[in-house]
Amino acid sequence: MRAVITVVGKDTVGILAKVSTLCAEKNVNIIDVTQTVMQDLFCMIMLCEIDKLSGSFASFADAAKAIGAEQGLSVHVMHEEIFNSMHRI
Amino acid sequence: MINTKDILETISMIQDENLDIRTVTMGISLLDCIDSDIDKACDKVYKKITTYAANLVPVCKDIETQYGIPIINKRISVTPIAMLAAACPNADLVKFALTLEKASRTVGVDFIGGYSALVQKGFAHGDRELIESIPEALAQTQHICASVNIGSTKAGINMDAVKLMGQVVRRAAELTKDQECIGAAKLVVFCNAPEDNPFMAGAFHGVGEADCVINVGVSGPGVVRAALHKLGKEASITEVADLIKKTSFKITRMGQLVAREASSRLGVEAGIVDLSLAPTPAIGDSVAHILEEMGLESCGAAGTTACLALLNDAVKKGGVMASSHVGGLSGAFIPVTEDAGMIDAARSGALTIEKLEAMTAVCSVGLDMINIPGDTPAEVISGIIADEAAIGMVNSKTTAVRVIPAIGKGIGEELNWGGLLGGGPVMAVNKHSPAVFINRGGRLPAPLQSLKN
Repeated sequence: MRAVITVVGKDTVGILAKVSTLCAEKNVNIIDVTQTVMQDLFCMIMLCEIDKLSGSFASFADAAKAIGAEQGLSVHVMHEEIFNSMHRI
Repeated sequence: MINTKDILETISMIQDENLDIRTVTMGISLLDCIDSDIDKACDKVYKKITTYAANLVPVCKDIETQYGIPIINKRISVTPIAMLAAACPNADLVKFALTLEKASRTVGVDFIGGYSALVQKGFAHGDRELIESIPEALAQTQHICASVNIGSTKAGINMDAVKLMGQVVRRAAELTKDQECIGAAKLVVFCNAPEDNPFMAGAFHGVGEADCVINVGVSGPGVVRAALHKLGKEASITEVADLIKKTSFKITRMGQLVAREASSRLGVEAGIVDLSLAPTPAIGDSVAHILEEMGLESCGAAGTTACLALLNDAVKKGGVMASSHVGGLSGAFIPVTEDAGMIDAARSGALTIEKLEAMTAVCSVGLDMINIPGDTPAEVISGIIADEAAIGMVNSKTTAVRVIPAIGKGIGEELNWGGLLGGGPVMAVNKHSPAVFINRGGRLPAPLQSLKN
């Protein structure tokens, strides 16, 4: 099972490190990372494997959200399938 | 990997444009709960609902977390209770409503629909008794919705039922006048009622349905409006229609995903996805604002019916391809008190009940959530029901009436419930009496299906 982590907001030092540390703690394997700046907003998107996730999906999503809140960024963790079903026929 | 723009589009639809799943509705057949002893029947109903729907709310919450998409309501629809009532003559039918209320509290759902009767061609045993008990049942419960089908394209319109429903709607409002007449907001009168509708107040589980199914209703007027806003004012109507189709496709795909997940996790058959664009009173979640974005100064202006016809058709065209099975009401809803743009248009006088009636000829439901003066006689309400049913019957579509007589209030005063039901001004109705026509009773014959012009 794969999840997409998105980070949107002002570019800040160490955000990639913080999110990847959380992934390591939760036994989440990062497969791909892309970063872009869209309309002055920093957007980072991580695709990761959550088959061996330690703890519940909800606790992982909440922890990621909390990291974002500390830095004034919006961080979401969502199942990959929602994007696939919405944007691919 | 999925493209960044697509990912951000989905997130902005959910975060900023109020995209959500309006309802996951579990349809449960109660045909095996029929018993000539009403207490035994109630026991069976309670046991069946609380067993089948035990995991409905937790499963929906899990799906919400995992996919990051809010599911606003979890609901249950049941076999029309009049069919259970037929077996227990002279019983106090409100017991069924109280049982459903108890079951809804046990499983934690927002509504149970199906305190209903289907009388489009005539009254069977239990039908009239159930209809007469509706005001009391709605006054004594919070989470129960009632509906009555009084007409169909195949059967015509049961004018005795039309007459009765005018009185029942009034009585439902009178018995709940201390709670902003909320009884009437939980009661809908249908023509051509769909049997797999997941939306309240009209949801019931049709007799042709499986024992238990999951039906999903999507929402998303805010997403359509935002997309049209980005398109700009120069775009042609062809481009507008294409954009609505594409947006509706995306919204419905999400509904399909949730329907599939919910049915597989609950081990229940997936029924249908209802494509309806259902507004909420929240700012930015309004169907009226979509019409205004198309280029109307206010909803209700000349051109409103045409814009709504385009919207309704484009929503269906986009949605049909996105889902394996489409059903329910599937179109654009125009409930006045549940839509911020409609409320404003009604307050300013731009939107009248006559214009709303015309709009119902091209959209998915009917005269929905309209507050009418408290002194409106039952015959006038019956007349409104007959007009709306005639539109549905002749055009082979579902129409409905959910008007709320604001007992003790007049034009310009307001009823407010908050939440999804919202609130809004009392609107003027034509005061001339249709009493003689309504009191005739009988059946309005079914229309010809050929020689169409």
